[in-house]
Amino acid sequence: MIRFDKVTKIYHPHLNSEEKITALEEISLEIKPKEFVSITGRSGAGKTTLLKLLLAEEKPTLGQIFFQEQNVCEIKSGQLPYLRRQIGAVFQDYKLFPFKTVFENVAYVMEVIGAKKADIERDVPNVLEIVGLTERSNHFPRELSGGECQRAALARALIHRPEVILADEPTGNLDPYNTLEIIRLLLKINDMGTTVVLATHNREIINSIGKRVISLDKGKIIRDEEEGRFIL
Amino acid sequence: MLNSFNRIIRLGWLGLIRDGGQIFATIFILAIAILLVSSLFLSGKVGQFVINSLENKADVSVYFKETALESDITQVQDELSKIPEVKEVTYISKDQALEEFKKRYENNPVLMDSVKELGGNPFLASLRIQADKPSQYKAIAGYLDNLNLADIIEKVDYSQRQNIIERIFSITSFLGKTGLLFSSILIIIAILITFNTIKLAIYNFQEEVKIQRLVGASNWFIRGPFLVQGAITGTIAAFISLLILFFTVWLFSPKVQIFLPDLNILQLFWKNFRFIFLIQFATGIALGTFSSLIAIRKYLKI
Repeated sequence: MIRFDKVTKIYHPHLNSEEKITALEEISLEIKPKEFVSITGRSGAGKTTLLKLLLAEEKPTLGQIFFQEQNVCEIKSGQLPYLRRQIGAVFQDYKLFPFKTVFENVAYVMEVIGAKKADIERDVPNVLEIVGLTERSNHFPRELSGGECQRAALARALIHRPEVILADEPTGNLDPYNTLEIIRLLLKINDMGTTVVLATHNREIINSIGKRVISLDKGKIIRDEEEGRFIL
Repeated sequence: MLNSFNRIIRLGWLGLIRDGGQIFATIFILAIAILLVSSLFLSGKVGQFVINSLENKADVSVYFKETALESDITQVQDELSKIPEVKEVTYISKDQALEEFKKRYENNPVLMDSVKELGGNPFLASLRIQADKPSQYKAIAGYLDNLNLADIIEKVDYSQRQNIIERIFSITSFLGKTGLLFSSILIIIAILITFNTIKLAIYNFQEEVKIQRLVGASNWFIRGPFLVQGAITGTIAAFISLLILFFTVWLFSPKVQIFLPDLNILQLFWKNFRFIFLIQFATGIALGTFSSLIAIRKYLKI
């Protein structure tokens, strides 16, 4: 479903300078449908870069990335929305629309894909119920707690039933209770058949999930284990 | 398609009412720009009026000798009317000249007495010639010289009035040129300021635009609401500036008429109302949407 083929990403922090930062180096990996994969590693190991490349937020310096047999690196800017509509993304800083209510935040994704009004009015309350935000549906993000914001973001990532959910440090800003809640939701989503790619450096989460773990260090894969544990 | 269109309009409207006051700054700046453009148009009309009335004041008169017959004079009048540069030739008989003089100086007893003193009618019959452009008087005067009418023409007053005619010509052409330059500079400044204000307003939304791209919104779905906002802001600004312009004209029209009795700005405003309305709304909507379109471009590259 997702395939990285010798992907290298090099950043040049200053234009016209020789200085290079290698964020990923010759990464090759494959993720199958319905898998739950945790990507772990220290800060700066390349976890976020990996997800950004898959979402085509950035282009790799070398190598190819395939999503559903489609070469992500060759997709033209105008076609990018169609790729992104197949992926649900959750970020550490939630990235909710500040001037839209929870309902509107979630509904926006359906509006983007051209869903009917009736479908939106049926599906959004359903998904808000799954993440436990029915009561908060008319609130703006500034009126929510961190955990609620992340649950709203998760609802937005889920609403259009994407093939895969990318979660980049979704629990980074949350307390242990909310962290557990978000992981529980991600596992539930995975049980329902959606592929989940979770990037995190939280030892307890990794150890509690008991699914595939890919460990990165300095841009390289140092371990890739089914039912892996957090070892650095 | 229609679904998306309705959504874009709704999202644009929602964005506008929730942006926390930024809209007022944009409307204010847009209204100033529109007012500037429309008052430039109106002052252009006023300027044209003043230039026309100045140019109408310039004319050349041909005075005929006492011995000249009326038939000779009307023949010259016909000849002159055939010249393409000549706009109008008016015949003023001796009697009419006297009447005009009496009318003009009825409150000046010294001049009236001196005419009485002379006895009879001391005025000469004349032809008053008006040209399309002040620059053409020289040619007309030259034409008269070539007609060999020395036996019936007493004098052509062009040489005496040459200075004043040329001065009027240079003033009107100067007014026309500087007016155009000045208006162009002001319009460019207005466009730049408006563009910058809208650019700043959209800058606040760059994070939001980035998220929209990441959740799979197409560029038109992102741009659309900003264009709708630009158009709505432009329309409101145009409406406000139309009101301001009307009240300004209504207030100042009588005062201007004290100095220039023939100039009725209020009437000019109503006469050109449709065009002013069109300029204001076109400027407002075009400035609002194009500025948004350009300002948002660089945030759509993610």
